Amino acid sequence: MNDVLDVALRLLLVFVLFLVLPLLVGQTEHKVMAHMQGRLGPMYAGGFHGWAQLVADGVKFAQKEDIVPAGADRRIFQLAPALALLPYLLVLLVIPIGPSESAVGQHIDAGIFYVLAVMGVGVLGSLMAGWASANKFSLLGGLRTAAQLLAYELPMLLAAASVAMAAGTVSLGGILNAWEWWWLPWQIIGALVFFTAGLAELQRPPFDAPIADSEIIFGAYTEYTGLRFALFLLAEYAGIVIVCGLTTVLFLGGWHGPWGADGLGWVWTLLKTAVLAFVVIWLRVSYPRLREDQLQKLSWTVLIPLALAQIALTGIVKVAIQ
Amino acid sequence: MPQPAADAPVLAADYFQSYSVVGLLAALGVLFVAVAFGAGRLLRPVVPTPEKLMTYECGVDPVGEGWAHTQVRYYVYAFLYVIFAVDSIFLFPWATVFAAPGYGATTLVEMFVFLGFLAVGLLYAYKKGVLEWT
Repeated sequence: MNDVLDVALRLLLVFVLFLVLPLLVGQTEHKVMAHMQGRLGPMYAGGFHGWAQLVADGVKFAQKEDIVPAGADRRIFQLAPALALLPYLLVLLVIPIGPSESAVGQHIDAGIFYVLAVMGVGVLGSLMAGWASANKFSLLGGLRTAAQLLAYELPMLLAAASVAMAAGTVSLGGILNAWEWWWLPWQIIGALVFFTAGLAELQRPPFDAPIADSEIIFGAYTEYTGLRFALFLLAEYAGIVIVCGLTTVLFLGGWHGPWGADGLGWVWTLLKTAVLAFVVIWLRVSYPRLREDQLQKLSWTVLIPLALAQIALTGIVKVAIQ
Repeated sequence: MPQPAADAPVLAADYFQSYSVVGLLAALGVLFVAVAFGAGRLLRPVVPTPEKLMTYECGVDPVGEGWAHTQVRYYVYAFLYVIFAVDSIFLFPWATVFAAPGYGATTLVEMFVFLGFLAVGLLYAYKKGVLEWT
């Protein structure tokens, strides 16, 4: 009975975090972007610096009429937001935040493998939306999404494989147990490749050609309104949390910190994740959008060769220190 | 050849236990979406008009149908990806054992052979102009 309660509590906690963390990132984005651009951002909702803006947005989305275009593939169109969102929930479950056995939703032996596989499923949501909308903008957006996934999944896989080689395990907890501070410079190329590729998979600026609003309205999400559109947005911000969390766990040492590793490990994990999320927002404000051909070129001619070089470096160093 | 250390045997029961928790969370997620959509149905107005249901094309009447022809370039990239991704998947099981005692140098050479294949493949694609978007 105790086990059942334990699992139930864990699932509930993961679920609550899944709903709260993306909102935190979203609100931070509102405010950080505003201040970087010399304006205030939301100030009214909730009274104090517009803290309740996203709650108000949620209420608005829930009341909006749900329109499915007459020409659309109805079922697929309606299911797409769910499929875009849920994979991130399942990934959040396995990200360890502290050194103790219990500081993870559920330990999975094939951690990296599971995480990369499940994250890949999320993109299917955008593809379904792009195709099912029967709209030219959506179709273009969907195809761009697909091309982007194909290009950036590979460097992500290779960079993650480099860490697995360094640690000799594919379990996320195992990687962190094996982690030493000098892995930071050793795996730095892999870290940059992984983070960049993750950013591209989320279709965040500067890799937001698939949803480029000035060219193709909103890509695959053009026809969506109300709650279903809100779920797509939630998926985007949940994705930021996941990618930053994974980069933290795989490359930045997760719960390891200069001090206070016992007991305060989870603070380090959250802190590093938050800093990375800030960088994601910062990049959105700083960089112009890459063109579709530039996107492909960056991945195939820069990131993949870099990731291969990182694997070679990891292999040599690892065998040398044996 | 050294045998993999068997100091931490993984029981099938544990294996299924961890994935059943994943399954439970998936069920919870599906429930959440179902409840959200169900509640949304109660909260929102339903007033469809032909104009609202028309495919959006910047306010003018849509021309032709949405499922249009697209560039073949996407298709070439898809092929390229499948070839490389299937290769890279094999890295993961190998990564867990390649530095185990007794492997060392041999597996390192193997790694360079593997990387060589990938690099030559990429170079070939580059020379063939597949990586050019035009």
